[in-house]
Amino acid sequence: MDIELLYEAILAGILLGCFYAAVSLGLSIAFGLLDVPHIAHPAFLVLGAFATYVLVGHGLDPILGGVLLMPLFFVLGLGVYQFYYVTFERRGTDQGLRGLAFFFGIAFIVEVLLILRFGVDQRMVEAPYIGQSLELGDTRVPWRMIVAFGVALVLMLGLTIFLSRTFIGRAIKAVAQDEGALRLMGADPVRIKRLAFGLAVAITALTGALLIVVGPVDPGLGRIYIGRTFCVVVLGGLGSVPGTIVAGLILGVVESIVLSTAGAAWAPAVAFGILLLVLAVRPAGLFGR
Amino acid sequence: MSDTLLAVQSVSKHFGGFTALSEVSVDIRRGERFGLIGPNGSGKTTLINCISGALRNDSGAIRFEEREISRLPAYQRTRLGIARSFQLPRPFSSMSVLENLVVPLEYVVHRGSLHTADTHREAMEILRSIGLADKAQTLASRLTQVELRKLELARAMAARPRLLISDEAMAGLSSAEVDEILAILFRLNEAGITIIMIEHIMHAVMRFSQRVMCLDAGRIICEGTPAQTVANADVQRAYLGT
Amino acid sequence: MSTGTVRFLIGAAIFLALAYGLTRLVSNEYVFFALYVVLQFIVLATAWNILGGYAGYVNFGSGAFFAVGAYTGVALYKALATPILLQVVAGAFVSGLLGLAVGALSLRLRGIFFSIATVAVAIVLETVVVNTPYLGGAKGLPILRPEPPALFHSYLEWTFFLMAMLAVLAVFCARYVETSWIGRGLRAIRDNEGAAECSGVPTLKLKLFAATLSGALMGAAGAPFALYLSFIEPTSVFNLNYAVSALAMPIIGGMSHWIGPVIGAVLLGTVQQLVTVTISSELNVLVVGVLLVLFVVGAPDGILGLVRKLRRPKAASAAGAAA
Repeated sequence: MDIELLYEAILAGILLGCFYAAVSLGLSIAFGLLDVPHIAHPAFLVLGAFATYVLVGHGLDPILGGVLLMPLFFVLGLGVYQFYYVTFERRGTDQGLRGLAFFFGIAFIVEVLLILRFGVDQRMVEAPYIGQSLELGDTRVPWRMIVAFGVALVLMLGLTIFLSRTFIGRAIKAVAQDEGALRLMGADPVRIKRLAFGLAVAITALTGALLIVVGPVDPGLGRIYIGRTFCVVVLGGLGSVPGTIVAGLILGVVESIVLSTAGAAWAPAVAFGILLLVLAVRPAGLFGR
Repeated sequence: MSDTLLAVQSVSKHFGGFTALSEVSVDIRRGERFGLIGPNGSGKTTLINCISGALRNDSGAIRFEEREISRLPAYQRTRLGIARSFQLPRPFSSMSVLENLVVPLEYVVHRGSLHTADTHREAMEILRSIGLADKAQTLASRLTQVELRKLELARAMAARPRLLISDEAMAGLSSAEVDEILAILFRLNEAGITIIMIEHIMHAVMRFSQRVMCLDAGRIICEGTPAQTVANADVQRAYLGT
Repeated sequence: MSTGTVRFLIGAAIFLALAYGLTRLVSNEYVFFALYVVLQFIVLATAWNILGGYAGYVNFGSGAFFAVGAYTGVALYKALATPILLQVVAGAFVSGLLGLAVGALSLRLRGIFFSIATVAVAIVLETVVVNTPYLGGAKGLPILRPEPPALFHSYLEWTFFLMAMLAVLAVFCARYVETSWIGRGLRAIRDNEGAAECSGVPTLKLKLFAATLSGALMGAAGAPFALYLSFIEPTSVFNLNYAVSALAMPIIGGMSHWIGPVIGAVLLGTVQQLVTVTISSELNVLVVGVLLVLFVVGAPDGILGLVRKLRRPKAASAAGAAA
């Protein structure tokens, strides 16, 4: 393969990878740290994308729209977790299957509702940075990818700081490791987990906006992103935000290279292929707990 | 046939940066009543998990009847004759008490020759010996805490083990119930079963054990007769602090 | 053979006789199309439940196993014009292998990883099929039906009867597993895998067995698909509806007994047909999803569980031996 094309693919891959990492952050918290079988995460992502689409229809910038959606999605996350906790987690061991089926059902319902409201066609948004490219020497880098990269970076940085410097952030990390100890410290693990899940879904609102900035979105996209988000979270290692970032970059680059060599039909399968490989070889991932 | 049933040689186990067991070695003699004590977090259950196969030890060797078992999956160790009860009961909640016992009977004792009538009768015998016979048809999910503990023990007994490990079977029981469980364990031992008992109820451990070993922070700090262990300064310090 | 088994076999024989009688008496093709779909769901739901309901491992990619059976049948038919029974055997074999492979990969890990692996397999295989011209690619492949065998008017009636036989086979397998020591081991795994392992249950082997059997039955259900429809294309075979239905039907019907998936398949399959025909196919899919969530949340033991609660006068004993 031509070295120029390889450079371009890698560059595109890094921008894409950062985006994939950001898109997986919600899952990294919900599943990686809280152990919730949140298979509906990609569905919420697509929901965020379509909600952004609606806001853009009213004249808002997509990123701004995503930020404005965050409080709404936060409340949604609180509600979903509370319901999940009361119905499933509290009852003990046998509920694994039910919890999983529940989230699968939710994902499915979200997808169908989106189809009923918006149809199966792809939707796009417009913004000053969508459609234009930056010229860097011989390569052209789409501005929308740069914007997504930037927002993703800020988001990940913000989350890392939040988890390590604030009390609630550290409590979230603690609840992932030792609920009992947290209880002894006077904090209520359920409240912390609920906040964490709310945070995860709130982040998903913004990253959903990034989703529709980066490319067109249709309701069926959620299924493809099950592969990408779980690939990133599992490859990175459950519970590790730095792992999510590294894994996102790896996925982005590999997918980008496959895209240039084998074509668009095979790109979605890359994430699933890597995921199967990781599960077979090293299920703990790169930085797993 | 040597005197040693279970030989634990220099077993270590780490969880990430945390060392749960550090070079633990002990020989359990055939037919012995062996007590294992230590403060919370000292590694007792981790050691039991490594012996029973719920965990793999990182280094060292575990020999049962002269045979190295550290690479064997847990179900094969049970079939060789090692059974354990769990500290927090893990019943098969969708099954009756009786059926809970049928599982080890079918999968350990009667592999290759299954006659339902016999397994039910055997299971009832075990339930009778432990005082759960009237709950035979009750769903395991409806048992009280005490009954669940007895079920744990009964299920381990149903595997007809040569080595039975009881992990805090008496926690939270009344003193009459503790005596009941002790009586059962004594009877099993008289029938030839080697028993390792983990307990916090000191008088029970001291009455029951011929030898006692104390762990602290993953290391053996004392091994000897009950009297020797109680008198040992390190043991006292581990439990009561300096 | 126990009396229960004898009664079951007699019931199955009567069922098949009725099915055959139907082909002699009814000539409206639509009836057979519709019944075929319901019978197909019985096989899929029953197959799903062997791994999902009995062992507790949730397959989100049933469509893949179904599709592998279908495309194995197509490939064999295209290459060698084999009779349909051979396609069924081949489809079952290949899908069974797929179940074994996915299981070997992911059943050592926590349940959710197996579930994700099944999604992964579904998408990867769909991508492979779409990019394989021999199998028709994205456009699909029309299939010419051969002449029906001697006892049947039309090939459609023959595939309908074949699916009836497969339904009986699937239920027979499920019932055998459920009432045997294998079923008890699977239930132990579902209730508490760690304790099962310590009670001598070879958990990995049993899970692999269940995954293989489940996959094989799903593949058998898929194999006649191309000849039933005279056409095959990826979106209809890999349809998410199969994945969701295969999961929803046992949950709604009841996962603890072999009759649960049958009830779920018949009820939900009929509802689906009605909604699709009277309202829309999107709404049909929504109805399945909503029912799934409602039952998972409110009636986890399914319709069987609800019926049991209604009949039970006092505190229960354990579920007795199956019929």
